[in-house]
Order: sequence, then structure tokens, then C-alpha cells
Amino acid sequence: MVSKEELLHIAKLADLKIDEKEIEKYIKNLDDILEYVRILEKAPIGDLNETIGANDNFNVFRKDEVKKFDNRDGLLENAPDIERDMYKIPKVLQ
Amino acid sequence: MNITELTVHELQEKLKNKELTSYEITKAYIDRINEKENEVGAFVTVTEDLALEQAKKIDEENNAEKAYAENNSEQAKKEEDNNLAGIPIGIKDNLCTKGIRTTCSSKMLENFIAPYNATVVENVLKEKMPVLGKLNMDEFAMGSSTENSSIKITHNPWNLSKVPGGSSGGSAAAVASNMVPWALGSDTGGSIRQPASLCGVVGLKPTYGLVSRYGLVAFASSLDQVGPITKDVRDSALLLNVIAGHDEKDTTSCNVPKVDYTKALKNDVKGLKIGVPREFFGDGIDKEVKEKLQEAIEIYKELGAIVEETSLNVAEYALATYYIIACAEASSNLGRFDGIRYGYRAKDYSNLKELFVNSRTEGFGDEVKRRIILGTYVLSSGYYDAYYKKAQKARTFVKKQFDDQFKKYDVLLTPVSPTTAFNIGEKKDNPLEMYLADICTVSINVASVPAISLPCGVDSRGMPIGMQLIGDRFKEETILNAAYTFEQKIKFRENYKPEFKKN
Repeated sequence: MVSKEELLHIAKLADLKIDEKEIEKYIKNLDDILEYVRILEKAPIGDLNETIGANDNFNVFRKDEVKKFDNRDGLLENAPDIERDMYKIPKVLQ
Repeated sequence: MNITELTVHELQEKLKNKELTSYEITKAYIDRINEKENEVGAFVTVTEDLALEQAKKIDEENNAEKAYAENNSEQAKKEEDNNLAGIPIGIKDNLCTKGIRTTCSSKMLENFIAPYNATVVENVLKEKMPVLGKLNMDEFAMGSSTENSSIKITHNPWNLSKVPGGSSGGSAAAVASNMVPWALGSDTGGSIRQPASLCGVVGLKPTYGLVSRYGLVAFASSLDQVGPITKDVRDSALLLNVIAGHDEKDTTSCNVPKVDYTKALKNDVKGLKIGVPREFFGDGIDKEVKEKLQEAIEIYKELGAIVEETSLNVAEYALATYYIIACAEASSNLGRFDGIRYGYRAKDYSNLKELFVNSRTEGFGDEVKRRIILGTYVLSSGYYDAYYKKAQKARTFVKKQFDDQFKKYDVLLTPVSPTTAFNIGEKKDNPLEMYLADICTVSINVASVPAISLPCGVDSRGMPIGMQLIGDRFKEETILNAAYTFEQKIKFRENYKPEFKKN
């Protein structure tokens, strides 16, 4: 079973806040799913390698050429806050 | 003639013979949207003005080109045969469209306007298809009922009290209710095939790497694939022609030769070897679903295919593997939503960290947060080996099991969904039960093979039942032909239509 402390630690890693009222529900859902995936303990996977990607494209390179992106304004228009064409964030240096 | 009931290949014929113009077709679809959208709720955004403008322009260009072609070579005529210019399309709202909102049905991206087009959207625009709008989905493609959309609920056109499936529920419901002639969806664990099955239309999940993922908002990068949702199999092949192909902007896209998938539709399955894995017909599968698939098997035998029972014991391992890998990848992919460069930003925060945390907590819906938490858990120190590493090994196992099957068979035949469409609200509060709805589809993504879902009949309440045909990697032609041959025999669309029942 996942403990309350564990859940809150995981939430912190994921940059999420879990409401006190929701903790129980999250733990129940997480336990249910973790219990289900325990079926993998029975899977005959002893000496198999791990599959990392879906196909065997490794080391896909392209020429290191600069390509200009033509919609700078479109990028900036999506930002919640900008100043002088730069993304604006709260002060980080005190 | 009822324009919106026609398939794309029928529309293509009418355009070519000048019986219809693109404007007439597009307008007919806009009228249909205005008539049915209130009941069905398939769209996040309808781009009426843009679509009609595009259509008008295409008609003008077509007239000019035809005048030219009439005076010129056979080459021009040949090109005209495959011409899709002027046929409108709907697009799932997780594919980036320059200048049109791309919300992923999430509060997080409610006002996001992509600054570029997804490669598949570029392909569609290059063919000069008017875009009718963006289609509803489960938030960030996480779900099997489209109930996780933060925008609206989509209703199943066959029975409005039931779900359309998910996550491409808007795409499937829009095609089924004739609000679009065809649509693009995306499939990470069944998100094209399951809604296609529940809405009685055709959905294809291509081999991983056949279609570019550039501009598809990432959920689980090693499983996601874009594919067509269409009225019939020929249209599926036509739309796959448009979107398949190597893209240097997606390093996982494969460089395989371009083929014309419509040429594979031979209406002949004599000698085709079909394996029926008995594990996919177990206790969890509804009796009526099993009966219809049994009928389908008999039809294939009549048509000359060689059908054999086989054993492929992967479904449960694959589902467990899928939820570990998909959530792990999602927890990483969705890390980019921080409220700085785009997306939702919380109103209240006192420092940068709080801005991240509050924006994410308020911007993401419950299911998305649940999966990020699960994904972060299985990747966290102390659990990585027990869950994530084990799942990656199990993925190798699942792949090998499929490889073994395709040494013996050309096609595997299974159900798509354990049941027909369930009621809205029925499974919403039980995530595990909702995840089990994907039991027949996820192993295909885990093994990165292609599969098509097509209707094979209806149950006693008149709800469509889907059949899944699975092929070996890059053997889309084989499953398209197998599906086409069956479709020509049972003529589902001529016999059954959605009736927009109220319960």
C-alpha cells in the first residue's frame, strides 16, 4: 500500500498539489492499479532485454543546419506574460 | 442525393464528374454540423468560415486546372484520379493546427494556438482539404470514453445516452453522424480503434513509425500514432496514403517506400491465413460480441481464408505494461506544461515554484493528474526496477509473442472492445475498470504493429460491434485488404445507421 507520505513525496516530484480531501482517493486508485500490474511478476521475462523504443531507429542524425522558424510572434502570443519580447517569470534572485 | 451520407471515394467521383463542387460539399457538412452538433457534441472548434473559404478557393483552382488538363497530357488525368482537393476533413484536437486552437480538450491548453502545423496537418492541407474543425477527445488523449474532456461530453450517435469511446471519441462520433466525411485521430492504446468500434466506423492504427508524430501533442511517445477514422475501408486506405511517409522532424519515423494503399484492396482473401487467439475471447468479453465475431470468422472461411485458433497469451501482461510505460512517458512529456511559455497560468502564486505547481494543479484534470502521479511513482527511485524496467522487459516479451504469430499467420482476428458502448457516467469513477476497456487494443501498441477496427454487426440493443484485424509491422496492405473483403461481403453501412436514440 502507498502511504500518505509517499504520495505527497511523489506529488512534489511531479509539481502537483494534492488536496487533503483527495488523498484517500488517490491512494485507492494508485493501489488498485499497482495491484493489477503485479501480474507482471508472473510474466516469463527472465533473460529478456528491455525494449526502449518501438522500433530500431538508433542514432538518427541530420545535418546541423540552422533553419529559421518563421512564426516568432505566434510563439510569443501564447505566453501568459511577456515583456519586451521575452517570457516573464516571477523574480528568482532575492 | 444526400451529400453527407456519401463516402470520400464517392465524393471524389462526384467532384471529378463535376456533379458537385467543393463548396457544395463543405456547405452540406457545415449544415449537418449545425443540425447535429447540439445533440452529439463532437467538436471543440468548428471552423466554418475558414472551411468555406478554402472550398471556394479550391473550386476556382480546380476549374482552372481542369481547363488545362483537358488540353494536356495523360499525366494530368492520372493525377486527377487520386485528387482529394476539395474534400473536407475533421482533425482531433491534439494535432497542432497553425492559427486554429489546439486544446487537447484540456483547461491547460484552452487558449493555445499552435504556431506551426503538425506534419499530418501539412499533408492534409497540401492535398487542399478544407478543415471543418477540431474534434473532442479525452483530455491529453487519456481515457476510453471522451468523458475526461474538460470542454464537453460527446454522445454516441447510435444512442445519445452512451459514450462514443475514446480518446478519439469526437472524431469517431463526427464521422458516424456524418458531420465530417472523415477524420484524423491518434491511438496510444486503442484511442482510434475503440471509439471507431463503439461508433460503427472504420479506424486504423498504423505501424509505429509509418506516420509522423511531429506536431501531435505527446502523451506516450513510444506508443502514439496518428491514423484515419473513416466511413469505410477504401477511405481508410485513401487517408493513409495522405499521411504515411518519412518525416525528418520525427526521428522515430521510418523510411519505408511510399505505396498506394488503395491498390491493396483486392476483394479476395483466398488462402489468407487468419489466426484467432483464444485468449482474446475469454470471460471478460460480452457474449454478443463473441457471437458476432464467430459469425465474422465463418464469413472469412466462406470467402476462402484459412482460419485457425491460436494461443497468444499477452493481453493482461500487455495492459499492465502499457499502463506503466504510458504513464511513465506521460509524466515526463507533460512536464513541459509549466505556465511559462504557453498554456494555463494560475492567478495566485508567490514564487516561481508555486507558479509551476499551482498552474499544473489547476490546469490538469483528474485523470491526467492520476496518470502523472502513477508515472512519476513507477519512475521514482526505489520503484524503477520493480515497475518500469520490468514493464520494458515485458514489452519485449509481448513483441516476441506477436513475431511468433506472424510467422504462422498473415492476420490476427480479435474483438476491439469487450463490450459495446457503455452508458455515460457508468465507469467514470472507477479508473481500473475504465482501463480494462482497453484490454484487446493495448497489446498492439506495445508490440508497435498495425491494426484496423471495422464494424461486423450490432448487438440486441442496436449498438455496433467492432472486429480488430492485426497485421505484422508495415503490413497495412494485408489488413486493409482483409477488412475490405469482409466489408464488401456484409455491407454494414447499407444495413445499419445511427439513429440518435435518446436511451
